Amino acid sequence: MSMIKAETWVEIEKIILAPEDRAPSVPEDTKRVPYVMRASGFLQADSELGQIVKIRTMIGRELEGKLITVNPSYSHSFGKVVPEILKIGTGEEAL
Amino acid sequence: MTQRDNSYAAVMARKNEIMKTSTGLDYNTYAQTKIAFDYERMMADTGYSHEQIAKIQRETKVGNTPLFELRNLTEAVRRISPPGKGATILLKDEAANASGSFKARRASVSVFEAAQKGYKGVVAATSGNYGAAVASQAVQRGLKCIVIQEVYDSRGIGQPEIVEKGRACEAYGAEVIKLTVGPELFYIHLLTLEETGFFNSSLYTPFAIKGVETLGIEIAEEVQQRYNRKPDAVMITHAGGGNLTGTARGLLAAGCADTRVIACSVDLSGLHMASDTDFNKKSFTTGHTGFGVPFATWPDRADVPRNAARALRYMDEYQLVTQGEVFYVTELLTKLEGIERGPAGNTSLTAAIATARRMDRDQIIVVQETEYTGAGKHHNSQLSFARENGIEVRRGDPADNVPGKTIVIPEHLAQVVGKPQDMIHLRQSYLRNAAKQLPVASWTQDDIRFLAEDLKTDPDWIRSQMESMPGN
Repeated sequence: MSMIKAETWVEIEKIILAPEDRAPSVPEDTKRVPYVMRASGFLQADSELGQIVKIRTMIGRELEGKLITVNPSYSHSFGKVVPEILKIGTGEEAL
Repeated sequence: MTQRDNSYAAVMARKNEIMKTSTGLDYNTYAQTKIAFDYERMMADTGYSHEQIAKIQRETKVGNTPLFELRNLTEAVRRISPPGKGATILLKDEAANASGSFKARRASVSVFEAAQKGYKGVVAATSGNYGAAVASQAVQRGLKCIVIQEVYDSRGIGQPEIVEKGRACEAYGAEVIKLTVGPELFYIHLLTLEETGFFNSSLYTPFAIKGVETLGIEIAEEVQQRYNRKPDAVMITHAGGGNLTGTARGLLAAGCADTRVIACSVDLSGLHMASDTDFNKKSFTTGHTGFGVPFATWPDRADVPRNAARALRYMDEYQLVTQGEVFYVTELLTKLEGIERGPAGNTSLTAAIATARRMDRDQIIVVQETEYTGAGKHHNSQLSFARENGIEVRRGDPADNVPGKTIVIPEHLAQVVGKPQDMIHLRQSYLRNAAKQLPVASWTQDDIRFLAEDLKTDPDWIRSQMESMPGN
């Protein structure tokens, strides 16, 4: 596996609570899964994916977790066309 | 130094101590009984006048947003209304605030207070526009910011709207802690406050609510100036209650005691807010009944001991709208009024259209917010995501909407009707929740007076309800 250089922008993941430790109030489906956090920051030392690593976040705080993504990015969009809304408010459709 | 116990139970047990350190407020000084507390003194003790707040907000690009008359939508509503009906619809374009929503008002005073008191940073627990607002205000005041967000289900999939809100927080330089579904977010919030010593920029402190009061004042003053009358109704999207509380307090401060304060939420009844599988079946992540009803009927479920956001104290009516109705109206706003705004912010516009039809032509209804739009925060993103997640999307009668299963987009404007909630039922539900804090038999005159104020009713009505409540 290739080494990821220190100071690379990465994302880590950490299990905060195992299913058995979850709050008493959560519904059954949620109780079956762990409580997980993710955060992004600059990798503190050369590491490999899947290792437990330290990152320095955008405000300079140090967090620890499993290295899961290199250069995490956003890909949310306007979605696929939804034909049902195309005619709303146009001459094609009466109000 | 001994190692602190950071287990879930131990951190939750330190809650009050952490809150006191992180807000600088000793809530015990306002408590009168297990139910009653001195709400107005708590609000007054912030020490900020409306003039000071306006000045603080001007410094950080908040407030004085445009108030638009929606001429084409008003005309369209009049065409489907009975003769003489169809109020003029005004829209307060809160998307013009720094960070793109009214939440900048809510963050502004809080972040100013944090800076004044010498905190090095602020922490906000929210999946709403509030995160970006706090981050944007913090960067302008030279403070660090951490936003704690519920983003993903257990598959690691996040709703496009929430993902966008997280992106915005990072864009403003915040550290974003992204969590899976669950109420344990509060545990992480407490732990983060304790570890960092940062200020708790909670949505529910008096500072947050004071910041929204300018919104009500601006509406009152501008409507008076331009239309030579007070607004007849103001429509307010309701979730945690701060938007409604702050706006209503501002309206009252500006002399609008007769203006009807109408809450509205998207109806998501039947979906469980802490359910991993329901999480991505909803197209709205805030402004819905999953927050609106529980927070109205018991405000003190927030991340501070006494919630400054107390919706039923100010609410005259509560309208529900469906997801399909809001998406339809969001598209209409774009096509008829030539402005694109985020769907969640258009919840109040949708309810206002339904309400304007029943109001007289010479009356004025104000939609008191909009929010920014963009990838993720867009009705097309939401509908596309819903369809990918197995939700049926179709045109028809919005009465057929089933939260989590079917989104029915109206076929014409006359189908945008909303649904009123029973205010008596909501007040009774609040009283049942109060009885969980203190049995009815132990309620004092102080409690009865407080409950009457908190429910915008009179002590006699509270007494009449007490007779039929269990435990009396």
